[in-house]
Amino acid sequence: MNQDVLTGIVIDERVELTTRDLCRACATSTEWVVELVHEGIVEVRGETLEEWRFSGAALARVIRARRLQRDLDLNLPGVALVLELMDEIEALRQQLRRL
Amino acid sequence: MEFKDYYKVMGVARDASQDDIKRAYRKLARKYHPDVSKEADAEVRFKEIGEAYAVLRDPEKRASYDELGANWKSGQDFRPPPNWDAGFEFRGGPGGAGGGFEAGAGPGAGEFSDFFETLFGRGGFRAEGRGRAQGGPGGPRGFRARGEDHHAKVAVSIEDAYQGAMRTITLREPQLDDSGHVALRERSLRVNIPKGVREGQRIRLTGQGSPGIGDAPAGDLYLEIAFEAHPLYSVEGRDVYLDLPVTPWEAALGGKVKAPTPTGAVDLSIPAGATNGRKLRLKGRGIPGTPPGDLYAVLQLTVPPADTDAAKALYRRMAEELDYNPRGRMGV
Repeated sequence: MNQDVLTGIVIDERVELTTRDLCRACATSTEWVVELVHEGIVEVRGETLEEWRFSGAALARVIRARRLQRDLDLNLPGVALVLELMDEIEALRQQLRRL
Repeated sequence: MEFKDYYKVMGVARDASQDDIKRAYRKLARKYHPDVSKEADAEVRFKEIGEAYAVLRDPEKRASYDELGANWKSGQDFRPPPNWDAGFEFRGGPGGAGGGFEAGAGPGAGEFSDFFETLFGRGGFRAEGRGRAQGGPGGPRGFRARGEDHHAKVAVSIEDAYQGAMRTITLREPQLDDSGHVALRERSLRVNIPKGVREGQRIRLTGQGSPGIGDAPAGDLYLEIAFEAHPLYSVEGRDVYLDLPVTPWEAALGGKVKAPTPTGAVDLSIPAGATNGRKLRLKGRGIPGTPPGDLYAVLQLTVPPADTDAAKALYRRMAEELDYNPRGRMGV
């Protein structure tokens, strides 16, 4: 057993990921991430692919998009629609809980 | 070992067509997909469905499963008959199950049941793509590539998120051994869980993924945070909810009551005339952070039992003296 205590970085909204970081972490191709960006599934800052920066929240979204596409055999507009509807449900649920 | 009735799991008849099976899978996958479903047992159900579909979608696996006969019942103690699989060509093969598992997605994830493994071998599950074996020995000489990133889920308590904690986690990951078979390797890591983590967030541990090939660096390990179920609190994002029982007189008259919070008990002011389900917000007492979340105490009115003469007398007096009909607006 490894006795060292490991300290990691919490990937939250303050963390910036490059396209390369994101692709590596999600085990996806750059082309696929580019498609996600063009479909509006993940937001990005910067102009060119090299300058693109993703927030930590994009990581969870990309992983989720990949699972939905793979498990439910959805196309990207379908994935985008599911994710947007889920965001909306989540926001409504939160409002409901605070009533 | 328990027998698994894959037809029952999928809700299809034994003579269902491949199209029927596909349709049933799609429908169940949408219902129980852990990213979409709010069903409590979604993850378990989704794995079962994935396993059942991995067998029934594949004509060879389905035919050999059918060979076991139709008399088996779910959960029945099962031993495979000798040579039941003679003549089928799948054992140890690459499989290609469509269960939607992420190899190494978490402790225990990515595995099928013992029942499945006994019948179809461990090679029957999805070890493609993200399989972590590619970084192992046998890579072309002189080639260098950074190791793959890994993912795992780690369950921590709500208190850990308030205070931070050190947790030992055990990960099991499928790996190809020298003979090309998939075996599970266990490893334990001691990890600092920083204060303020939220459910669904990931912690990146540099260099804890697959080893690099050549002199290239190892990949990273991403730990996804999940909260263990707590007897008192539930969490939504940064906010924490507590069901707080109150007596009728506390609710009617108001006043201070003690309420537990993950950082210790606090005095909570109940406003007079509070109703059941009323939410009282304790600002900044949720998961720590910038900004911190809030803690909501949800009042649960409880009625004391009328189990003594004195208690019964009190209730009777209330009935006599209070002019109160909770059904007045119903016209009765």
